[in-house]
Amino acid sequence: MPTRLTDEPPAHLQLEESASFDRHIIHYIQRAAATGLYEIRGLGAKRRVPHFDDLVFLGASLSRYPLEGYREKCSSETVLGTRFAKRPVKLDIPITIAGMSFGALSANVKEALGRAATEMGTSTTTGDGGMTAEERRSSKTLVYQCLPSRYGFNPDDLRKADAIEVVIGQGAKPGGGGMLLGQKVSPRVAAMRTLPEGVDQRSASRHPDWTGPDDLAIKIKELREITDWQTPIYVKVGATRVFHDVKLAVHAGADVVVVDGMQGGTAATQWAFIEHVGIPSLAAVRQAVDALEDLNKKEEVQLIVSGGIRTGADVAKALALGADAVSIGQGVLVALGCNSNSYVQDGEQVSAAADYHKLGTAAGFCHHCQTGQCPVGVTTQDPILEQRLQPAVGARRVRNYLKTLNMELTMIARACGKQDVHHLEREDLVALTIEAAAIAGVPLAGTTWIPGRN
Amino acid sequence: MVSAMKEAVGRVAFDLKRQSVRDLNQFLHGDLSEVREVVVENPDGAHSLAVGVNAPVHVEICGHAGYYAAGMNKEATVQVRGNAGPGVAENMMSGHVEVGGFASGGAGASAHGGLLVIRGDAGLRCGISLKGADIVVGGDVGSFSAFMAQAGRMVVCGDAGDGLGDSLYEAVIYVRGKVRSLGADARLEPMKDEDHGAVRALLAAAGIAHSSAEFKRIASARALYHWNADANQTY
Ligand code: SF4
Repeated sequence: MPTRLTDEPPAHLQLEESASFDRHIIHYIQRAAATGLYEIRGLGAKRRVPHFDDLVFLGASLSRYPLEGYREKCSSETVLGTRFAKRPVKLDIPITIAGMSFGALSANVKEALGRAATEMGTSTTTGDGGMTAEERRSSKTLVYQCLPSRYGFNPDDLRKADAIEVVIGQGAKPGGGGMLLGQKVSPRVAAMRTLPEGVDQRSASRHPDWTGPDDLAIKIKELREITDWQTPIYVKVGATRVFHDVKLAVHAGADVVVVDGMQGGTAATQWAFIEHVGIPSLAAVRQAVDALEDLNKKEEVQLIVSGGIRTGADVAKALALGADAVSIGQGVLVALGCNSNSYVQDGEQVSAAADYHKLGTAAGFCHHCQTGQCPVGVTTQDPILEQRLQPAVGARRVRNYLKTLNMELTMIARACGKQDVHHLEREDLVALTIEAAAIAGVPLAGTTWIPGRN
Repeated sequence: MVSAMKEAVGRVAFDLKRQSVRDLNQFLHGDLSEVREVVVENPDGAHSLAVGVNAPVHVEICGHAGYYAAGMNKEATVQVRGNAGPGVAENMMSGHVEVGGFASGGAGASAHGGLLVIRGDAGLRCGISLKGADIVVGGDVGSFSAFMAQAGRMVVCGDAGDGLGDSLYEAVIYVRGKVRSLGADARLEPMKDEDHGAVRALLAAAGIAHSSAEFKRIASARALYHWNADANQTY
């Protein structure tokens, strides 16, 4: 049994750490014993899982012809919802902003996201708390979620939506309902959700008016009837049995399927849910594409992948594997300042270190969105803290982030010889690990071996 | 709608033997300023009848309706002269929906406002997730009714099944008959004057004659509003 030592302990101490009962687990058990409650936290799975990092692109060389980086055009236009909707969503970039609720986020953040997305020609998404006027005003293309809780859900906002996303589940907690702890249920949040102020809100995990895929088909038809078949309907699933779920969503009549992997974030969810339920995005995208190809619907139904998309390379890999677009939540929060040491007030950097400390954490490690005490004003309803994120500053940072991702994406696409980012293909990828090769269904680098497939 | 038969000024009839639900709903979403009444003949259990109506029009469905009749209704009065499938008046915002016969599961699910009257029995999960609407049921309601109901009132003139009012928030339930069992955090409370007044007014609006004295009140004990270890919460 190898012995793991902490940094330079005195030689006479016996410090043999258990692999099964390491300090992390000991802390977990002692916390459970002290409180009798599970830990609830924010963000997504923190453990290492097979990911897009385990893939690399085969750029063009002799066998393929690259595009000139700065001169030859590479399109990133993306159209979603071409199957049944009369008014598909047209975006300039295949990178969208994931659903995050007003309640989890402040109104300032929602406004910043809307402004950034509008500038970049992409969409934002409401969340488990309804549509705010700020968000509708600032976001040119707004996706309206229909969630099990139906908080604030109403036909006027439905008619104002550019797309509707029926949320079956999310990657951080497939099979679980929403949660918002009392400290974030401010008067405005409570009113929008028809809840008592300050209540520890737990919302339903099943929709109130349908159960199962056959009902979902009827529900989707109802939403189409209400919106006169104009508005695209997305169906979002948390990544679990992706192959079957995507097929069922397609059978139910979805225009677009959104698959959210286990790295996808949350504002507040039980720890064990985040880390132990669901599969990684890499596995999800491949299974989703397999399902669409199996049904011969790849050209008809669009696929959006989310959960742990951080870089332009991640976007490019998701597209190469067969996604039509990606959706980003946590990356966008980080762009806004999440886990940054400081925040910007009227052009000045102000340290947030003491506030991270108050939460018992530090910049770089924080996952305390559930407290509502976000040190940088992103995930809060506190009237003082929320001022730390000024919409103009946030909008600029998110725009810059999205711009960077899209530049990286088109750079990679050109290097692979594509005039359109949607021409990236599986054949452009190889895997660095056997796991990733098996999961993504691409050859292990330097070989022709796809474990489990040939 | 060109194909709709204008029998008299302000009255439009749709025959679903010859016209589609799409035609009906498209018409109902148009300019209804000249229309007082829309009659739907031969509904034959079709789904999504008169959904998303946003005007004070009177819609009469002459027969059985499938899923989501009068879904997301605003302002309209919708009468189903028959039974209604699951999710009748789901997410209603205002107006008046009446089912002459029985209603299936999830009647009035998540409804924010308006009045839903069911003359017969309602199935499982009646008033689930209720957000402010009123529901009056002439007969019984199935199990798990008013599950997580947040606001609004539900009057049940018959009996209620198991788990009534589980995880209730601020909605209030009045039951005249027997309750097979209450859900977590739901409790019986004494009827006060305002409760009698509420029941009388709702029964009058529904056109049902019972004495408010026969009803009991069920509301949330509010023990699940905040997490704590000793409440033995199973979620
Ligand atoms: S910095 Fe704010 S947004 Fe980021 S994890 Fe901490 S509380 Fe959440």
